[in-house]
Formats: sequence, structure tokens, C-alpha cells
Amino acid sequence: MKRLLRTPELLRGRRKYAVIAFPYLWMTFFFFVPFLIILKISCSEADIAIPPYTSLFEYDEEKLNISINFGNYISLFTDSSYLFAYLKSLKVAFLSTLFCLLVGYPIAWAIATSKPNVRNVLLMLVILPSWTSFLIRVYAWIGILKKEGVINNILTWLGVVDEPIQMLQTDFAVYLGIIYAYLPFMILPLYTAIVRVDYSLIEAGFDLGCRPAKCFLKVFLPQTYSGIIAGSMLVFIPAVGEFVIPELLGGKDSNLIGRVLWNEFFNNRDWPLASAVATVMLVLLMVPIMWFYRNQRKELAGGKS
Amino acid sequence: MTENKSKAARVARTSVNKAFNNGNKLRVIFISLGLFFLYAPILSLIIYSFNASKMMTVWGGFSIKWYFELFKDYQMMSAVGTSLWISFCTASMSVVIGTLAAIVLARINHFKGESLFALFITAPMVLPEVIVGLSMLLLFVTLTDFTGWPQSRGMITIWISMVTVTTAYVTVVVRGRLCELDNSIEEAALDLGAGPIKTFFAITLPSILPAIISGWLLAFTLTMDDLVITSFVAGPNSSTLPIVVFSSVRRGLNPEINALATIIVFIVSLCTFAYWLIRTRAEKKRRIGMVK
Repeated sequence: MKRLLRTPELLRGRRKYAVIAFPYLWMTFFFFVPFLIILKISCSEADIAIPPYTSLFEYDEEKLNISINFGNYISLFTDSSYLFAYLKSLKVAFLSTLFCLLVGYPIAWAIATSKPNVRNVLLMLVILPSWTSFLIRVYAWIGILKKEGVINNILTWLGVVDEPIQMLQTDFAVYLGIIYAYLPFMILPLYTAIVRVDYSLIEAGFDLGCRPAKCFLKVFLPQTYSGIIAGSMLVFIPAVGEFVIPELLGGKDSNLIGRVLWNEFFNNRDWPLASAVATVMLVLLMVPIMWFYRNQRKELAGGKS
Repeated sequence: MTENKSKAARVARTSVNKAFNNGNKLRVIFISLGLFFLYAPILSLIIYSFNASKMMTVWGGFSIKWYFELFKDYQMMSAVGTSLWISFCTASMSVVIGTLAAIVLARINHFKGESLFALFITAPMVLPEVIVGLSMLLLFVTLTDFTGWPQSRGMITIWISMVTVTTAYVTVVVRGRLCELDNSIEEAALDLGAGPIKTFFAITLPSILPAIISGWLLAFTLTMDDLVITSFVAGPNSSTLPIVVFSSVRRGLNPEINALATIIVFIVSLCTFAYWLIRTRAEKKRRIGMVK
């Protein structure tokens, strides 16, 4: 009891705050403050200047003029192309997450129920691709999916199709790319959850006459919810703002919001509008981020000493 | 009554066994399909990197000329150098901040702003990169406006941005290890009169070292690989490898990239294998030590 109540002496008093201060200040200044700046610049107007936006505050003859421009937000909600890009991004991210879960769950289960020494090798094999370049793994699909690509070559050789199928620069390619690139991030948390499943509960279920399918849904699946949430959020949240995959694999018309932001920033040099796009995306993602964060905290709370 | 029960138990047992036997087959199918999906694209890149023909999809005979082309490509090679240097600096810094953050989260029970701090450490892992990249850039532009620093964007701005993002990953890895660790040894050292700093370097640091190394490697590869955030904060003279690769890939298929991919896959597999070998050895040693 005494031990539980005592803060480890290693970190106490002034030293404790010294240890907290450095990472805290770094993250506040370089991670949190930038969002306030985004918010500020999203309310200014694009201008031909360096930097290319007008300033919000002007002090002129003892008067402080504050001009807040809501024009960027208004155009986001009135111009249907932005609205469409947001909705499409959410849809693509949602469906990709769902497919990732459907593909990843059986694999995670198969790894988690293998023998321990095999398990480690398999886990390493799943992680290994994500240690190589993300960009190059997406690029690999161009060679596979394009008109004279691997799949079309095989299909024509087999005589299944006469004309090569258009796969590259379609939504199909974008979905495939996202599922491929993010699959390891889905499998890992699922694996962690499945490994911890208490099998005596399932045996009890069987003993009590529960059918396998029902047993899976009612006993097995609920024990892995934290893994499902963590994996899904690790796929969904970054997929909403994904830029590389739609840029390389999607068609000219596959305007996902990440790509819109990139183009506003780099091609149109409209920084305030790009900031507004980012702010709205952040607001949309707030709920899933908090969900992920709560889940992670709950996960780790057990291990805290 | 008892007969019924034993019958039910027998049925249950056979169904568990049956599920288990089917499970073995299913397991092999799932794993082989999964690994095929994960590795087929990489394998295709490796095969085509030895293709003599410039047309990536037509086989023109075995050749290693693209490797020579790659090594002669000055722009690509200097980008490799830039990327390695930035990744090294980033990983080294984020290991320091990440370890401190992990200690804060794992060893300090309550402090003001704890949940906000935990959020700062979790969010960078999931936030879309375009948002992080844009926000970083705007921070640097605003800073230049007010203080005149940084004068231009380049290595230093990439370094700061990537440290901020990769710190989160290091924290998660090191924190996991710290939570597993029994802190009674730390306390014993303190009780026996070792100073806190000495205790940290003599007791805590050696036992979390494997996690710190994993964190360092993770931060290194993440930085080596990052395109989006780096593109936002990079300057004209700091083209990293992903930036060069991306601008080349945008123009279409390029056999040099296949050769580059093959080299990256080779190096990563080699490092992973070495790391795994060392870990298994250490594990074995530890087990033998425990038996003794």
C-alpha cells in the first residue's frame, strides 16, 4: 500500500518538472501552436506578397484594425467541388478501413494463434514491408495495374480478356493502394488484442452449448474491440487526408481532400484557403482522434506503475 | 441427467477439436494469402529491376545496368546523402525527447496538463500528413516574420518537423517497455543511496535500451521515408530522397526506381534479420541465466 502511494523518488519535486518541461514545451510549441497559426491564417486573404496572405491585425494611427475574413470557409461550403471532395474522402477512408478490417482480422487471428516461435517470424514478415519505402510500395502498383501491366498481361495471356482493363487511375486503384499500404497498421493492434483473448471463456461458451458462429460474435469479438478501434483509427484518420496514393494511382478526377489541399497550396499558392481546408478536416477528424486517444489511454492505464 | 451432460460435453469437445483442425488449414490459407498480397508488389519491383528493357512490362533479358544508372545519377545520390543525414539527426533527437516523454507518462502519476500532454504524444501518429506539414510550414513562416529565424527553409526546418512527429512513435515504444519494467530495482538503488541521475544511467537506461534502439530505428526509417511533411517544409537546396523519387515517379515508370527499391528492400531485410538474430540470442542467454 505504501509503495502504491509513493511517487517513485527518481522523479520528485523540482526534478520532476525539469523532466516534464522539455518534451512538453517542445510539443506545445512545435505541435500545438502551429494549429493556432493555421486557424489564424485561414481567416486572412490570399495576397501576392511574401508570405502570400494579408495580416489580420493592423495598427494604424492609434487604431487596431482587425479584419477577419470568413470568405475561405464560405467558399468551402458553397463551392460544391470542396464539399464533394470532403464527402468522397470520408467515403473512401471509411470503405478502405472496412476492407482493411475484413482482410486484416483473419490474418491477425492466424498469426496470433500460431506457435509462439512461428508467431514472431510472421509478425516480422508483416511489419517488414512498412519499413521499406511507402512511396515505392505505392509506385509498385503502377507497374501491376497499368494497361500493359502485370495483371493485364496475365489476363490476356490466359485469354480471360481481349482488351486490357483500365485499372490504374480509377477509384479501385485508390482503394487497393490504401488497403495495401495501411494493412500492417491494422494487423498489429488486432494481433495484440487477439493474443490476449481468454480462451477459457470460449471453452465455457462451447460447454454451454453455444454455436461456433455465435460464440465468435458474442465471446471472441468483444474481447478484441480495443484492437479493432485502434487498428481502424490508425487506418481511417490518415486515409482521410491521404495525398500520395490518390495522386499516383487515382484518376485526374479523384479529388480527395488531401490532394485538394496540396494543389491549393503548391499550385494555386492560396495559403489561406489551404489553411481553411485543413481546419475543417481537423474538425471532422476530432471525433475519431479523441476516440483513438481514449482507447489508447485505456489500453495503457493497466500497465502504469 | 448426467448422461445428457456428458453427451453435451462430448459434442462440445468434438466441435472444439473440429474447429481447431479446420483452423489449422484456415490459418495456412490466411497467412499465405496475406503474405502474398504484402509481398507480390515488392517482388515484382525486384524482378523488373533486372530487366534490360526500358519498358517496364516487357522482359528484355537479364541486366544490372539500371543499378549502374542509379549510381551515376548525381541528383539521386546526393538526395540519398541528404536523407541519411537528416534521418540520423532526427532519430537521435527524437530518442532523447521521446524517452523523456515516456518517463513522464509511465513514471509520474499525476501532473497538471497530463491528458493534454498525452494527446500531443498520440495525435501526431494519426493526423494526416498534409495537415501537419502545412501547420509546420506556417509556424516557420510566422517565426521568420517575428524573429527573422529561420532565414530560409531547409535541413533545420525538416529536422524540427520530423522530430516532432517521430517523437510520438519513440514515446509509444519506450513507454511500453517502461510499463513492463518492474521499478523495484530502481527504488532499491535509490534506497541504497545512489543518486537519481546515477540510478537512471545505471539501472533504468540499460533496461530500456532495446526499446530506445527500436525507437531510434523507427524514427530513422519514418524520416527517411517521409514525403508530404518534408515537401511542405523543405527549401530549394534540401531535396530528400522521397522528393526526388516522387518527382521522377510522377513523370512515369522509371527502371532506376526499381533498382533503388531492390536496394532498400535488401538493406531493410538484412538489418531486420540481424536485429532479430541479436534479439533471439539475447533472449536465449537471459533464459539460461534465469535457469541458473
